[in-house]
Amino acid sequence: MKLSKYLKVYKKFLHTSLASELEYKTNILVDLITAILSLVGSIFLLSIFFQNNGYIGGWKFEQALIIQAIYTILNGITNTWFNPNLTEIVKHIREGTLDFVLLKPIDSQFFISLKKINPSGFLEILLGFLLLFFCIRINQINLSLSFLTLSSITISCSICILYSLWFFISTTTIWFVKTWNAIEVLRSFLYIGRFPLNSFSFSLRIFFSVFIPIAFITTIPSEVFLGISVLWKILLEVIVATIFLITSRKFWLFAIKFYSSASS
Amino acid sequence: MLEYRVEIALWAISGIIPFFMLNIWTNNNLNESINISDVLLSRYFLCAFFVRQFSVVWVVFSFEEDSLMGKVSPYLIQPLNPFFRYFAQHLAEQITRFPFALIIAFFFFIFNPESIWMPNLGILVLSIVSTFLSFLIQFLIQSIVACLCFWTEKASSIERLLFIPTLFLSGLLAPVVSFPAYVKSWIYLTPFPYLIDFPANLLSGNETNISGGLIMQIIWIFLLFPLFKKTWSEGTKKYTAMGS
Repeated sequence: MKLSKYLKVYKKFLHTSLASELEYKTNILVDLITAILSLVGSIFLLSIFFQNNGYIGGWKFEQALIIQAIYTILNGITNTWFNPNLTEIVKHIREGTLDFVLLKPIDSQFFISLKKINPSGFLEILLGFLLLFFCIRINQINLSLSFLTLSSITISCSICILYSLWFFISTTTIWFVKTWNAIEVLRSFLYIGRFPLNSFSFSLRIFFSVFIPIAFITTIPSEVFLGISVLWKILLEVIVATIFLITSRKFWLFAIKFYSSASS
Repeated sequence: MLEYRVEIALWAISGIIPFFMLNIWTNNNLNESINISDVLLSRYFLCAFFVRQFSVVWVVFSFEEDSLMGKVSPYLIQPLNPFFRYFAQHLAEQITRFPFALIIAFFFFIFNPESIWMPNLGILVLSIVSTFLSFLIQFLIQSIVACLCFWTEKASSIERLLFIPTLFLSGLLAPVVSFPAYVKSWIYLTPFPYLIDFPANLLSGNETNISGGLIMQIIWIFLLFPLFKKTWSEGTKKYTAMGS
């Protein structure tokens, strides 16, 4: 019963936010051009790295493109759901409107994470998939059932980790009020997800797998695509994703205890 | 500005992408192919970080918010162009950011002690001037985009569009010297390499055409300023306050 209620509410969310976003039609066109240019730009940057070298961190250019494709898909998901919603938390807390969210007879994390949608992110997801199919062709990857399940498991784990990272940072607003720039920091760290983890020095590799698990987000799914992944890495990603999801939930419940409305 | 110290510190940290790029370059020995030594390349990226810190502009976001909230109307009555207000804000924040940038540079030198250097006074002054000119160019471009708020209300998406070529072509992620020849043939005519690549090369002691770069920066400012004046006067004519 509860699930159907949430589905119904989500449908309403979709409807209202799509209606309000489609008000700015030229905006969507500009965002499409931005997404295309940004993909072209990152492929250009990759080509600079590869112009005199065959391999970067043990990855060929065609293989590194897969990382680029997965990054683009994940970035599209971030722009569609995480960015419009989770930056809203900052606003809710500054203006005290979080009260209205908490009073609603619905889970507050659900409301806050899925209220809005930005349709221009879809285009980026589409672009990412196009590039991914292109990569599957040029790398001659055989599509099999086990491959498809493994890759969808790893990609959904990446989405969970990404969501939790965004959610963590935004939740800290309850104490710090202005975390706008913390989100920028996260964004710039995520930027390195465009490159294979092995192309960084050892210390940075450790940092990006232990403290901020960006390594898991793009590199492991790409390894699955190339068929060079090891089982323990996939398992580790699943475990990390579960831990992140559970702690993000716990952290939210813990944080709202400290929420003391505006002007109180 | 000092009220938001943490915010500005975080802002400074978010600019560390050049260091990640440096890591890729040196870790894969990519710099051998473009004939820049490790030390010079690390200085280049450190300077790119500095130039970026002191030339970053966000006027379009402030102006868009003010214009959507209807705050622009009282500003327009005042006998001062509201962009002076934003200009002063940017300068104030750059000054607050200076100590944080120095701290990051300090950590950088701990990890890369071989790249410590002291540019001579003339070069230092020239690179401060060119960084300021780069800031002016970006401020003018963004102000022009911000004026588009009068027509579209949401000008920040145009700014995000313009940010992409700025990011990839300005030399923040890879020095312009390393670009393939088919890009190098036209890029020096655009404003992009003068935003980060030129001041960073100047400060880090890499090879660069000093007078040519400064002249190009000044030419771009002279081209952009009348354009800004024009869009501003057209835009204010078009402007109807919120609710009218």
